[in-house]
Amino acid sequence: MVKITIDGIEIEVAAGTTILDAARQINPETAPPAMCFHSKLEGSGGKCRTCLVKVTKTSPSNPRPMPKLAPSCRTFVEDGMEVENNRSEEVLEARKGVVELLLINHPLDCPICDQAGECDLQNLAFEHGAETTDYQEERRRFPAKAIGDLIQLQMNRCILCFRCVYVADQLTDGRHHGVLGRGDSSEIGTYIEAAIDNDFSGNMIDVCPVGALTDRTFRFKSRVWFSKPMAAHRTCEKCCGNAVLWLKGNEILRVSGRRNDVGEVTEFICNTCRFDTKSLHLWEVEGPARISRDSVISQNHTPS
Amino acid sequence: MTPQFSSQTLSNIEILKTRYPVEQSKSALLPILHMAQAEFGGYLSRESMDYVASLLNLQPIEVYEVATFYTMFHLKPTGKYVLEVCRTGPCALSGAEHIVDYLKQKLGVDLNQTTPDGLFTIKEVECLASCGSGPVLQVGECYVENLTDQRVDSMLAALKSGELSDNEPTPAHSILFRTCGDKQS
Amino acid sequence: MSRKILLENGDISGIDQFDIYRQHGGYQSVEKAIKTMTPLEVVDEVKKSGLRGRGGAGFSTGMKWSFLDRKSDKPRYLVCNADESEPGTFKDRYLMEKIPHRLIEGMIVSSYALGASRAYIYIRGELMWLAKRLENAIGEAKAHGLLGDNILGSDYSLDLVVHPGGGAYICGEESALLESLEGKRGYPRLKPPFPAISGLYGCPTVINNVESIAAVPWIVTHGGEEYSKIGIEKSSGTKLISASGHINRPGVYEIELGLPVEEFIYSDAYCGGIRNGRTLKAVVAGGSSVPILPAELILRTAAGIPRLMTYESLSDGGFQTGTMLGSGGFIVMDDTTCIVRNTWNFARFYHHESCGQCSPCREGTGWMEKVLHRIEHGHGTPKDIDLLVDIAKKIEGKTICALGDAAAWPIASAIRHFRHEFEYHIAHPDKITDPDHVYQPMGTK
Repeated sequence: MVKITIDGIEIEVAAGTTILDAARQINPETAPPAMCFHSKLEGSGGKCRTCLVKVTKTSPSNPRPMPKLAPSCRTFVEDGMEVENNRSEEVLEARKGVVELLLINHPLDCPICDQAGECDLQNLAFEHGAETTDYQEERRRFPAKAIGDLIQLQMNRCILCFRCVYVADQLTDGRHHGVLGRGDSSEIGTYIEAAIDNDFSGNMIDVCPVGALTDRTFRFKSRVWFSKPMAAHRTCEKCCGNAVLWLKGNEILRVSGRRNDVGEVTEFICNTCRFDTKSLHLWEVEGPARISRDSVISQNHTPS
Repeated sequence: MTPQFSSQTLSNIEILKTRYPVEQSKSALLPILHMAQAEFGGYLSRESMDYVASLLNLQPIEVYEVATFYTMFHLKPTGKYVLEVCRTGPCALSGAEHIVDYLKQKLGVDLNQTTPDGLFTIKEVECLASCGSGPVLQVGECYVENLTDQRVDSMLAALKSGELSDNEPTPAHSILFRTCGDKQS
Repeated sequence: MSRKILLENGDISGIDQFDIYRQHGGYQSVEKAIKTMTPLEVVDEVKKSGLRGRGGAGFSTGMKWSFLDRKSDKPRYLVCNADESEPGTFKDRYLMEKIPHRLIEGMIVSSYALGASRAYIYIRGELMWLAKRLENAIGEAKAHGLLGDNILGSDYSLDLVVHPGGGAYICGEESALLESLEGKRGYPRLKPPFPAISGLYGCPTVINNVESIAAVPWIVTHGGEEYSKIGIEKSSGTKLISASGHINRPGVYEIELGLPVEEFIYSDAYCGGIRNGRTLKAVVAGGSSVPILPAELILRTAAGIPRLMTYESLSDGGFQTGTMLGSGGFIVMDDTTCIVRNTWNFARFYHHESCGQCSPCREGTGWMEKVLHRIEHGHGTPKDIDLLVDIAKKIEGKTICALGDAAAWPIASAIRHFRHEFEYHIAHPDKITDPDHVYQPMGTK
């Protein structure tokens, strides 16, 4: 075990823990935001730069600060390390800058985006963003691309977190999509515009922090906060069968994976559970799903 | 139609693979993509990329990801000769913008377009490491340096007449093509 | 005239061929090292020499070598960075073209020192013809028992491979280079782990610039101490400077570190002064990434001390009034140069070359280019200047690799030293192409 201090709060964590993880152990609400890192996806993180923190002291034997702000999701704790997160003006300023840069080319089409209400970028902008931007150029636009009947791709909203690529790499048999192009014209695609279709592809929807990959079978059906998330399970040959049903009355509008305190999907589900079992009698309902108190979805919703 | 490398190229690829650890044959991807572009019509069609993927036991997407990242790979058909003019800093200081304009006017096409006879495509590229001998353009493997209107004229004529080809190394054409070192005594 | 180490015998005709190179002392260092020295003794000589990485960062080569994980049971690799793509820099290409065996010799000795049995030269794909010449040189060395199995009858064997890139500036960043060499997109890796622990194929790896490796044979032959006597203080040895722009004699010059900048610009042994009788306006001294300096600050420091071509002197004054030696890409601009247009040109370069992996660089480089494009094309507003400074700050230090900094510095420094030109552009959009204004349309000579 090693001791690390974040914003003056000391915590003991296992060696090999990241700063982000340690901060989440102290309090998920005050931990750095993370748009690209996902604990269940190996190799993820380090790219969005929203989780930058200031390491003011690396360790007692190396008391110097790290020369640059460090990505907390990929920086490992050392015994005696001291970190500033929300206390550091430099960190808050940097984060504000990153949020602005993530937004300059984002379409801000929240009113017609199915992700609205459960969008990490919305939350990020609300909690860490500035009120204004000086960006006045045209926003980047990509031609629409179809990737099948189950998943809707809206490339204009993508922030290139790469989570969906890791899902395809680590969960599905053979990856068929990836990031094409370079720089700010990089895009998620299949190149041949083929359908992404295999048993676990739907998890790309759940890991997408924005509305770039959404459930096509749920498209424009309802704002998420008008549906009721219920934890439920079923016996499934392919996956754990533990899911969240989004109900309107007795109708299942969509099925998604379950999430933890920081919004990460904890168990991946198969496409059969997600897309093909939308009758309530096929599920064992456990009760209202856990939703963060601050979430707009928690309106009219009593978490278990 | 599935493209197929010549038997000579295929045996070169086998030699190429031995240059990397056995389980790391993906390392041969960039060199093989260069070969594919040269052998299959000067650009990488989807079929060519799928074929390369099959040679290295890769998912096609792994090849698309790489081919679309690197600027030397053309993903659409081009003219027989792609004239890639450096537009970066030092070349711009020595007249690259004028050379691009001159080429456009001379060939009657815009950037990224091909002349009706299918011979020439003009492109702008970033720094070619020829800053002391700019303006410069690359055509195939040749660097044509210290460009002036006259030099552009004679280059175009030589390429048209077949007197020069674009797959000979730069130093072979000492009159038209000079290397940057020549300026230093 | 400065002494020559890297370009020694460079003027001898046929020096690019094995026999001639060998006749003039070539490959002596291989014999000396393999027959009389242990690998660690070679490392020691390089440490003693004070040689600093010639690719731009200026980090001690000997130190870099000593970080290599020698305890690991994985194979160790040496990778030569010949992806020279920094605008203003063409020295590695010149060296490889002129004396290819110098690099091959350096690769053999360095690989021996590091215990690598396979080494790669990653050369930018545009230089395919040069890659073929290097392969040819490797073939010659192999035929003479200097490469391959049991070099010079010893039990040391080395396989040297030339690997072409595909056109991406980012692959000059060492971890992006490794990714590219593994057949992937050139995305820089997060560090740690550093390549010395986990590099190519996850194995301990040293990555060195062409020029650094080419200096090793001389160091081994003559001793590190001898090398450290050349140059001044912490800037030991010689350096290849790529001189371009508005000078009479553009080209590659090997200088002894410590040469006064003024002499380098005006002496007929080097740049030969500003062409067409114009006057010096500004210099980018170390490749496009380093801060631009106006004439008065490149010739003398803010304290009035004549500036020298050394790591220390060029960076005197920090970024406020100084710059960096960087890769030695020395771009000279005369009084006809439009700084705004040049800055836009560089911004366009970094926008084009940003790999897109991390958000500040991917989004910020594009934004900066758009704002500069607007100013240069007569649509700027007074707020745009501070906006550019602000965007540069949002990128600098926030990115995975140094490209973000490299994109931010030229813009921040151009505004720092030439703010009035940006203001003029914005206030007089109609005069931007006026010949009386600093900017003149560029024609051929």
